Amino acid sequence: MASAPSKLYADDVSLVVVLVDTNPFFWSASSLSFSQFLSHVLAFLNAILTLNQLNQVVVIATGYNSCNYIFDSSSDLNQSFENGRMPVMCSSLLQKLEEFLIKDEQLSKEVPEGRIKSSLLSGSLSMALCYIQRVFRSGALHPHPRILCLQGSPDGPEQYVAIMNAIFSAQRSMVPIDSCYMGAQNSAFLQQASYITGGVHHKPQHLDGLFQYLMTIFATDLHSRSFLHLPKPVGVDFRASCFCHKNTIDMGYICSVCLSIFCKHHKKCSTCGSVFGQAQSEAASTSDKKRKTPET
Amino acid sequence: MASGHVTKRAKYKTTIKDPGTPGTLRMTLEKILFVPHNPKSAGKLDVEFRFIKGQKHTKEGSSKPPWLNLTNNQNGSFIFEFENYSDLQDCRDFVGKVLAKSGEVSEKPTVTYPDEQLSAAEMELRIKLLREDSELQKLHKQFVLSGVLTEAEFWATRKKLLDREANKKTKQRLGFKSAMISDIKPSTDGRTNKVTFNLTPEIILQIFAEKPAVHRAFLTYVPNKMSERDFWTKYFRAEYLHSTKNSVAAAAEAAEDEELAVFLKQDDILASESRSKIRRVDPTLDMDADEGDDYTHLPDHGIFRDGSKEVTESENELYRRTLSQDINRHAAVVLEGRAVDVELEDTRSVAEALARSKQESSTKGESYGDTSRERLDRVSRMTEIEDLQAPNNLPLAPLCIKDPRDYFDSQQVNALRTSGDELAGTEQIKCSLSSQEVYGSLRESISVIKAMGLKDPIVKPEVAHQVFDALTQSISTTKYNIGKNPQESVLDRLPKKIKEELLHHWTSILELLRHFWASYPITTSYLYTKVNAALVLTLLSYQKLEAGKQTEGCHVTYLSTARVVLSNYPQVPFISSLLFYLLGSSDAKASYVWMEIKGSVPSDLRHQVSLLIRPMHQALDAAIQHYEADMQKRSARSGERPNGYA
Repeated sequence: MASAPSKLYADDVSLVVVLVDTNPFFWSASSLSFSQFLSHVLAFLNAILTLNQLNQVVVIATGYNSCNYIFDSSSDLNQSFENGRMPVMCSSLLQKLEEFLIKDEQLSKEVPEGRIKSSLLSGSLSMALCYIQRVFRSGALHPHPRILCLQGSPDGPEQYVAIMNAIFSAQRSMVPIDSCYMGAQNSAFLQQASYITGGVHHKPQHLDGLFQYLMTIFATDLHSRSFLHLPKPVGVDFRASCFCHKNTIDMGYICSVCLSIFCKHHKKCSTCGSVFGQAQSEAASTSDKKRKTPET
Repeated sequence: MASGHVTKRAKYKTTIKDPGTPGTLRMTLEKILFVPHNPKSAGKLDVEFRFIKGQKHTKEGSSKPPWLNLTNNQNGSFIFEFENYSDLQDCRDFVGKVLAKSGEVSEKPTVTYPDEQLSAAEMELRIKLLREDSELQKLHKQFVLSGVLTEAEFWATRKKLLDREANKKTKQRLGFKSAMISDIKPSTDGRTNKVTFNLTPEIILQIFAEKPAVHRAFLTYVPNKMSERDFWTKYFRAEYLHSTKNSVAAAAEAAEDEELAVFLKQDDILASESRSKIRRVDPTLDMDADEGDDYTHLPDHGIFRDGSKEVTESENELYRRTLSQDINRHAAVVLEGRAVDVELEDTRSVAEALARSKQESSTKGESYGDTSRERLDRVSRMTEIEDLQAPNNLPLAPLCIKDPRDYFDSQQVNALRTSGDELAGTEQIKCSLSSQEVYGSLRESISVIKAMGLKDPIVKPEVAHQVFDALTQSISTTKYNIGKNPQESVLDRLPKKIKEELLHHWTSILELLRHFWASYPITTSYLYTKVNAALVLTLLSYQKLEAGKQTEGCHVTYLSTARVVLSNYPQVPFISSLLFYLLGSSDAKASYVWMEIKGSVPSDLRHQVSLLIRPMHQALDAAIQHYEADMQKRSARSGERPNGYA
């Protein structure tokens, strides 16, 4: 832990930064409606706050064009219950979310059509890490931070570098990234994020029982986690995206100086400018390639 | 040759230069008999085969005549010169067979190599390695004894192993005993006042090492001035005076006897040594400040020396020695270790050897010519102020992103273009709605939840139950399959025999592949071509083994490849025998083993086993591919050359 243990209130106090995917293109096609999703998540957040009085929850919306903080339990001091149908906390969160969506939509006019429908995970991850860093530096005492990604949209390979950087910085500050993926395919980014940072990755089978998954897998604090058997992924998709075209590749070229990944042979590394020597004869390289191709 | 003996005409030579005694050589399974033609000559020989360790022979085509050299277990040898090479070959084969048969000796290579003259020590080393490592022995048996690889080739890749083993051989040297010399107690006869000290050269060496002044005195006085006996008598007398702690008496005695004074005075060599040692201490350390407070400077703080109470007397300081000094000196000598390698017999030789080793170390050590200047240098070095230094340039080039804009932005444009094309057909979310509609629906759902509130039962109990079941099942199955320990691999769950088989196949394939790749690029030498042919054949057999397919087609391709290889190297007699070996019993056996493995693997592990085997297969495929490509290139280049290399 980056901070001395004495800086913690107790080992079971957590700061959970929840990244909520608000990609409209995903939710319009999802089997789980956005309102259902929200009710699961709101209940879950409530549950976390009631697990320990000192627990703190921050919600960041991962939009299509932007991201923003939409809720922070430490600043929303109005803990009074019920304005008729739901806690004040929930209604304020929803209010903020609505404002966020309007802004996000305004931004979307400028974006060209045909873009891959992924949300800005790299941005919200960075915001979460910034928030956590501020907490680390702010006071003498702070809770155990962790990040939970509730993601549904597919990976955006163009964000590969930024996301990997965020993952490594989370790893460095020992913040686990948990991830719950609700989309059709599994997300390589989130699998790697959880694997590298020591978090939990799960892809629920029954989306209408999302709340149950959240409570069972992601609600416990980090200390209690060591006593639990949480579901483990069978394997991790370790494929990387190339730096030149942002394609997901399983075999490629790596700059020997800065470890940038390329899908084609380049004369010069676009990242650090190193000039590569002449590749070996064509025949040799093709036979080499053949040998290393994994059989799938 | 198939019968139990062989008889040839040959000359027996005791040395290589010896012209030799002509006669008849007769070898049976038990002994070698040489009878000279001339019954009067002395060269008669009758040796039992169990004394023969190995054989060497000259090669056909070399300048030497056909010699066979049989080494016996006393490092002696018998050299026979034959009339022609076919005689030599017959005898050689016979000896090889007999040696192979005689059990323990068969470990040794019967495949000899003309230019390989191994020393007995090296041979022993190899045999020892083989004996200790059963895996290595298996490989050796499989490849060397069957003739696929030669002994030299096999060991060439294991030079490191041999070197390490050879280095291990140097014996650990004995250090000094940790007992102090003051513990040497005299024996008294109880009647007279005479005491007797028993000195061994070892004790003497220790005394010399710990007390340089005594050492010096011995070298100067003995034997010119006094006998060795007198010397030691004086020494122990001085020791006795020390032990009485009567420094007054010591001073008086010293005044009378000049030689005795040497033993009683403070050791000046030690003093100068310790002074030079102090000079080498970190100059920024202020040792004066410590002296007064240091309790260790209080004399012995009441510890008994030789059981008598220490009496502190301030006068006659010169003749006082403290226990802590003794202990420190002793510890220093023990730690320094023994540099003298002489047999401890004679006191004189011990003293001289010690003097020699001291000289060496002192010449090695620094000279104190301008120590003060050096001290100043050291002071300036120690008091270096980092802030005033120029930045320490690391020999690393920091990563610099040439053009951050290019890195982050233009690539994105690139990505947009390509990902648009590529992913258009795949899992693109079917999004017939415009972004406006999409955002609208999202906002709508928020207002729905605002209006309705949270659902009352957030999750239906049945669904929750379902989720629990699924989670529990997935956790328990991964626990069962992957095991509690993430390090535990599939291999550990295979039956032991299969695991061993698999590992053995792996190691032997790796060994073959190592030789195979090491011999590229092929120079046209006879040796390399031979090696390649051999390797390829073996590789083929392995590939077949791995595939586990005993189908006709596979066999046919295999045979045809083998034939191609054979036609390329027709003049390699060794290939044909190898071919026989591969196609014959061993190959069939190998396939059989493989089938057995497959059959006995539990069905749920079969898939994992095949996953394990796949990389082996790939490695072999790559090697074969490379070989074939190389062969094609070769044949294209030198198509007119008939049958490869003549």
